[in-house]
Amino acid sequence: MKAVLAIPFAFFRLFYQSVYLALGQIWANKVRSILTTTGIVIGVASVTSVIAALTGLKANVLSSFESLGTNKIFIVPRWPREGRFKNASWRVIRFRPQQFDGLRERCPSIDDYTLMAEQGDTIYYGVHDIEDARVYGINPSWHRIENRSVIMGRPFSLMDEENGWQVCLITPKVRDELRMDRNCIGKRIVIGQRSFTVVGVVETRVESSMFGQMGSSEEVFIPFPTAWKLWDPWIYAIASCRKPELSEEAQAELRFFLRQARRLGPGDPDTFRMEVIEEYLKGFNAIAMTTTAIAGGVVGISLLVGGIGIMNIMLVSVSERTREIGLRKAVGAKPSAILFQFLVESVVLCLFGGLIGAGLGQGLTWLIGKIPGASLDKAYIPLWALGLSFGFAAGVGVFFGMFPAVKAARLDPIEALRHE
Amino acid sequence: MTATTSTHPDNIVIKLDNVSRVYKVGVESIHALDGVDLEVRQNEYLAVMGPSGSGKSTLMNLLGCLDRCTSGTYRLDGKDTTRLGAGGLAHIRNTRIGFVFQSFELMGRSSALKNVEMPLIYSRDGWWSRHKRARHMLERVGLGDRVKHRPNQLSGGEKQRVAIARALVCNPSILLADEPTGNLDSKTSEDILALFDQLHAEGQTIILVTHEESVARHAKRVIRMVDGRIFSDLSSEDDQARRAAMGEHFGEVSK
Repeated sequence: MKAVLAIPFAFFRLFYQSVYLALGQIWANKVRSILTTTGIVIGVASVTSVIAALTGLKANVLSSFESLGTNKIFIVPRWPREGRFKNASWRVIRFRPQQFDGLRERCPSIDDYTLMAEQGDTIYYGVHDIEDARVYGINPSWHRIENRSVIMGRPFSLMDEENGWQVCLITPKVRDELRMDRNCIGKRIVIGQRSFTVVGVVETRVESSMFGQMGSSEEVFIPFPTAWKLWDPWIYAIASCRKPELSEEAQAELRFFLRQARRLGPGDPDTFRMEVIEEYLKGFNAIAMTTTAIAGGVVGISLLVGGIGIMNIMLVSVSERTREIGLRKAVGAKPSAILFQFLVESVVLCLFGGLIGAGLGQGLTWLIGKIPGASLDKAYIPLWALGLSFGFAAGVGVFFGMFPAVKAARLDPIEALRHE
Repeated sequence: MTATTSTHPDNIVIKLDNVSRVYKVGVESIHALDGVDLEVRQNEYLAVMGPSGSGKSTLMNLLGCLDRCTSGTYRLDGKDTTRLGAGGLAHIRNTRIGFVFQSFELMGRSSALKNVEMPLIYSRDGWWSRHKRARHMLERVGLGDRVKHRPNQLSGGEKQRVAIARALVCNPSILLADEPTGNLDSKTSEDILALFDQLHAEGQTIILVTHEESVARHAKRVIRMVDGRIFSDLSSEDDQARRAAMGEHFGEVSK
């Protein structure tokens, strides 16, 4: 029993003793230890806070993506790069509403879809006008897909759609800018050259911090059939799948359906394209990872610089304590014990610096979050970054402590005891 | 490991056979030790004397397993040390040899107790009971009330007592003292030598290197070295008689 436990006990003895000696040494040279470890402190602090900032940035972008909807599929027409449709006219390539008939029945993973037409127009109400407001042609299912309901009045009815009536929905922003009454239902506004009756008010789009400025909130909506009739436009569609996980299946179903509806032969490439927020998310995640890795790596160089500081001071320490090393060897310290003692000292020094650096990094992260307008309020230090920088600091300690420790372990006891 | 001084036949602790130590300085070879034979039995009290350059320090380093001989064999407690590596020699130093140095070599920032504990830190068996053993050893050298004191709070004689306690704490086969009174005044020197006498009376094997006749007089056996060879190896009384006969420069005359 005793023999079995001898090795772990011996290791424990060595470890305990080395840590004890290292702490004593660091405590005895307080000022020097703090100065030595500054490089590691700055290294760990900058690595953690840079990673925290990038993590915050990523979290912000991701939540913006989320607000756009992760189960939406955008379907847009596109010229193929080859095949017989390569140089087809735009009238051939563009979508027609009839091509989408029966989509709900044929694509079980699709919850709903809306056809979309879109153009900029000037709108007038009395003497007031808005230049370049966005005018959309939509199906009633749009409200559910975009999660924007009618807060006053009514959505478009089947009658509006079938007859192509000139009715419209507006946002509160449009109502206010045109100086209309709060209750604007039944008023007539002019879009382009045509007069439309306002039947309801649609809630404002949820502003996302990243993409808030991308679309204007001066939006007017008209029934899609009306838009088709009036504009003869280039249209696209937005479909929503039942669950975000079904995205792949839904795309496959849509592709199959649309290829049939557009009468594409087996060898013809697609004349349309599908875009999913999910895919942007994946791409963005990859970019964010790379950016974080590169930035962390570049900043991590400061850790190496800190390591050189550690090596320098450990070499000084070894030559200062040559007599002590000689004495320890004379009373029976094996070379491995001396090696371990100095190695542990440098690792403890590095971890100590890492601890202070992590605290400093936490403070910096808090400060970064407070920068106005930087949208970094979600910045935080992920656990893996802490683990990584600590591990790296310890690695630096081992790597840069090895040379002085080997030097100490190899000292000849007679020479060392004679050292002045 | 089990062969201790008390169980070994003939009680021979140290046996040197034709031991030489050659230093290479450039193309020149310096024979610091030149074919030395020596036997030391348990509980002997041996003084090694000789002028500087006579090889007594080299002999001391060899006996203390700090150095290895170039040729010949060195048996300590019947065990051949010639082929041991750095780790093996360290283990021998830890368990069988106690060193006392002229300049004490205490660690200035540590208390007397910590200084005495130090060899036990590197000991396989002593680690767990190091406080108790160190305290006990300090009491044995008469410093039971100076346990918490640091070296700078101790007198020279007290420092050397701490060093002696440190040398003895691992229960060594031999106590090697290199000019133990070299840094002490004559009154304190006598105290320290009295302590050595007491340890010898208690059964400790002691080898000390000195160039002072007054110190050597405490030993029971005196070895005089000249040019890396043992010039005379006599009992203390014979040595004194020979010295009286041959004059002040006994041991140096041959030069």
